[in-house]
Amino acid sequence: MKPLLEVRDLVTGFGATRVVDGVSFRVSAGEIYALLGESGCGKSMTALSLMRLLPDGGRVVSGSVQLGETDVLTLPERDMRRVRGGQMAMIFQEPMLALNPVIKVGEQIGEALALHRKLTGQAGRDAARALLDAVGVPDAARRLDSYPFELSGGLRQRVMIAMALAGEPRLLIADEPTTALDVTIQAQVLDVLRRLRTEQQMGMLLITHDLGVVAENADRVGVMYAGELVEEGARDAFFASPQHPYSRMLFEALPRPGDGGRLTTIPGQVPPLDGSLVGCRFAPRCPHAVARCRSESPDWQAINDQRVRCHLAGALPASSVRDVTVQTAIPASQPLLQVAGLKVHFPIRRGFIQRTVGHVRAVDDVSLDIQAGRTLALVGESGCGKTTVGKALLRLIEPTAGSIALGGETITARNASTLRRQAQMVFQDPYSSLNPRMRVADILLEGMDALGVGNAPQRRGAVAQLLRQVGLPDDAGSRYPHAFSGGQRQRIAIARALAVSPRRVICDAPTSALDVSVQAQILNLLKDLQQDLGLAYLFITHNLAVVEYLAHEVAVMYLGRIVERGSAADVLRAPRHPYTQALVSAVPRIEPHAGEGIIRLAGDQPSPLNPPRGCHFHPRCPHASEVCRQTYPGQTDLGNGHWVRCHWVAGQP
Amino acid sequence: MSFMPVILWTDALIFALLAAVLALVWFIRRHEHLLAPWRVVAQRPMAMGAALVLGAFVVIGLLDSLHYRERLADSPADAPQYSVEVLSVFDALVSGLRTRQEKTYSAPLAMQLYAKEFIERDGETVRDYPRLKYGGAHLAQADDHRHDIARRALVGLAQGLAVSLLLFGLLAAWQGRRTQMDFGVWLTAWGTGRLGWPGRTVVLILAIMLMLAGVLVQLASGYHVFGTDKVGQDVLYITLKSIRTGLVIGTLTTLVTLPLAIGFGIAAGYFRGWVDDVIQYVYTVLNSIPGVLLIAAAVLIVQVYIESHPEVFDTAAARADVRLLALCLIMGVTSWTGLARLLRGESLKLRTLDYVEAARAFGVSHARIISRHIFPNVFHLVLIAIVLDFSGLVLAEAVLSYVGVGVDPSMYSWGNMINGARLELAREPVVWWQLGAAFAFMFALVLAANLFADGVRDAFDPRLGGRR
Repeated sequence: MKPLLEVRDLVTGFGATRVVDGVSFRVSAGEIYALLGESGCGKSMTALSLMRLLPDGGRVVSGSVQLGETDVLTLPERDMRRVRGGQMAMIFQEPMLALNPVIKVGEQIGEALALHRKLTGQAGRDAARALLDAVGVPDAARRLDSYPFELSGGLRQRVMIAMALAGEPRLLIADEPTTALDVTIQAQVLDVLRRLRTEQQMGMLLITHDLGVVAENADRVGVMYAGELVEEGARDAFFASPQHPYSRMLFEALPRPGDGGRLTTIPGQVPPLDGSLVGCRFAPRCPHAVARCRSESPDWQAINDQRVRCHLAGALPASSVRDVTVQTAIPASQPLLQVAGLKVHFPIRRGFIQRTVGHVRAVDDVSLDIQAGRTLALVGESGCGKTTVGKALLRLIEPTAGSIALGGETITARNASTLRRQAQMVFQDPYSSLNPRMRVADILLEGMDALGVGNAPQRRGAVAQLLRQVGLPDDAGSRYPHAFSGGQRQRIAIARALAVSPRRVICDAPTSALDVSVQAQILNLLKDLQQDLGLAYLFITHNLAVVEYLAHEVAVMYLGRIVERGSAADVLRAPRHPYTQALVSAVPRIEPHAGEGIIRLAGDQPSPLNPPRGCHFHPRCPHASEVCRQTYPGQTDLGNGHWVRCHWVAGQP
Repeated sequence: MSFMPVILWTDALIFALLAAVLALVWFIRRHEHLLAPWRVVAQRPMAMGAALVLGAFVVIGLLDSLHYRERLADSPADAPQYSVEVLSVFDALVSGLRTRQEKTYSAPLAMQLYAKEFIERDGETVRDYPRLKYGGAHLAQADDHRHDIARRALVGLAQGLAVSLLLFGLLAAWQGRRTQMDFGVWLTAWGTGRLGWPGRTVVLILAIMLMLAGVLVQLASGYHVFGTDKVGQDVLYITLKSIRTGLVIGTLTTLVTLPLAIGFGIAAGYFRGWVDDVIQYVYTVLNSIPGVLLIAAAVLIVQVYIESHPEVFDTAAARADVRLLALCLIMGVTSWTGLARLLRGESLKLRTLDYVEAARAFGVSHARIISRHIFPNVFHLVLIAIVLDFSGLVLAEAVLSYVGVGVDPSMYSWGNMINGARLELAREPVVWWQLGAAFAFMFALVLAANLFADGVRDAFDPRLGGRR
């Protein structure tokens, strides 16, 4: 069969830097081809080269892109405009940035319809509604007159897809289409994409870094590393036996349920692509590299259905089996931190005299306790208030009500400095959490200076020790943050939190901005630090795989309240609350889902400004009954410290 | 001592500012992340060319800020008396221009006055254009006029070229020694623009400036290059003296603006709440008063003060200087709002960033957060605002002086020149050279400042970072 898209030896350069270097692949109609790789490997640049939408300074140096009968790269720009949208369309990562905020959704879709299908007026409006229906936007006719800000993230992404489909393209390029979305919404969007592929026989190029998304959606997979395609094959073959050492290490770096051992990390980072690369690009990071790898660039080798660029293809030792260690159960001691009835309400003020007209109940009656040396994971979708809990615990946001006790001592605004010495925070984005104008040593010293820890020489000594502790070179202190990679920056952020020797660290999704291999390094580091220093972690995240790897206990939050709480094993293996069940089942997994079907949640999380009456979850709950609509459920104890708030569970024997 | 140094208020401030700038340069040189954007500026041909032109203006302005009073020749040595006239080093350098005063208007490079007079010629009284006292006085007959001008221009050009070549040779030798390069190799690198800095532009601009200076010097020694004004003073001299006024307005006003803008802007953005409300109301109110009105009122008050306290000021220059300073102050007070608004917005964004939260988690004080986290991260905006505002302020001075609320009428400034030329534009034949000279110099200064500002903004603005 003739492929829909055929890319041959595509080379894209920015000056001397070749960000895409000799990439060849083909996508057939009705096939989802996934491009996989870490950030900086040239995945997005490949997609932009196909669309000829490269940023300033970038240009396609050589190669050919054949879309059906057209050679895309030789078209004049005038004809190219018809190809974009008409022949191939693109979905971008950030739906908020890709939609024009001041134009109604219907008009934005209509624009594409008028351009490619000459549909205007009522015909265009009907077509737009049909498109929104097709991508599963409820109440499509009304949504046409909405502005993008009135829509939630998932709906916006669907509008984006509808726009991309308006020109009836034969190829859809989806660049990390779900990275910015929550798991339950991600599942909905991926469903839409899969359905469209089957219904319209579209070819699809799916760009992602998430192995789980690839496993559930792709037909064929290409792995990119440092601008090159290093491995390609059918999905099943690829997941059964990845051939390239890089692919294997990506798998091994992934935290998987049930093992408490150390994660495999890929040392080093993606090399700069400035043209001075000799030999295999992965060789400096490859544990199996031999002399030949460093001098000679490997060629494609076929192994059954797979192709791989590795000198050692087929001769690699079998994947190492990870040592599975059981979580060492630390005896429950006196809780280090006790939180009771924590509430954070943000007043909404309106009008001339700024009268309070309502409250956003970001956190509504949350009680927690953490023991020394243990990890409590706070899980939930974005907007459920989990970050607010973290900040309220440090009094970065003043709680509206509730008590915080640390080691038995109640913390009030007056003894906040005790709290600050004992509890610190590691933030999500290592790029915004370090002041770019301060040296690393000054960043680490700041906390000690502010809290008056030790005298000046002691502090200097402490900086050196902290850098060693988080695995940074000794001379790191005199450099500025921009000299470090994302993973190293996160290490600096962790060192900063440890500088005042806290007993409790709040980690706000510290790995979500990092690549898988770097995430593994940070998770290992956090685990080591916990063992060495007996730290208690409050781990705030939406990544359930990380939770399973790191946490002892899990609390699931929905709309400002904890709906289920228990040990990690209980909550994640045998979730009882319908929301937790949906959350767990929505996570894309590499292993096929066992037994029970995937639970898809309808709709989005409601606004905390105006939560639904009764159980907050009832509008999305498949088991909702009359009582759920009336009263908020109480705590149902399931033994072993596991409890849920659900009428349905309470009603079960 | 044959002279007494005089330090006017603005002199002191200008040299304080110079010291501050030098200290800042020293500080920046030691910090790589602060130095990096300046390296980008240094690689932009346009910015470097503009910087050279600005540099020439600044040198003249600084020379003109070293004031002194000469001792009167007939005063006794043990009780010296000094002239009431305050001169500057620049005046001493171009004393020819200052002292060669004609009777009234004369056109650029002219030999005769611009007005007919009764003169005696061969015992007869005729009405004709009289010869100038100085302009072209060295010529025996009028026929040599054009020839002489052409000769002087050529000589000046040649001298400028010679000096440029000499400097270029020195530069090449110095660079060659520093980079261990052969002269020929260096020359090729220079010619093809592969030096790592815009050598061609710098050399070219410098050569043009030197040649222009050569021509001016040659012509000015025999003629009034830009003619003379109503009282017969050399317009070139007035124009050059106006440079200092322009620079003082442009820089000192910024000096007044900065503390207000930075303090209020960051405080409003960082503290929010009632602090923000108060500051916002203040600048909204200030913005809604017509600036010219406020400036006029303030300048008039100062004027009244000066006139009712003559004992405080010993010279006319000191009086004019105080009025200039007052103008800088009041313009500073009315023009901080734009930058403050910008800084408020930026601080609003920065205060929510994680590193500020992290600092708050350590209980770091507000003052420390502002000085270590907020201010260094808005500094690029301040810098961009300084260089962008400079040219606007120079132009504003011209407008205010034209309206009559600017600097003291006795002070040399482009605004006063334009104001003086206003009525003469209606004359027939028209007196255009005053306006022309003021326009040309102001244009050169403002254009150079704007081009330099563009370069600085491109290098410092993170949003333009990817487009280099």
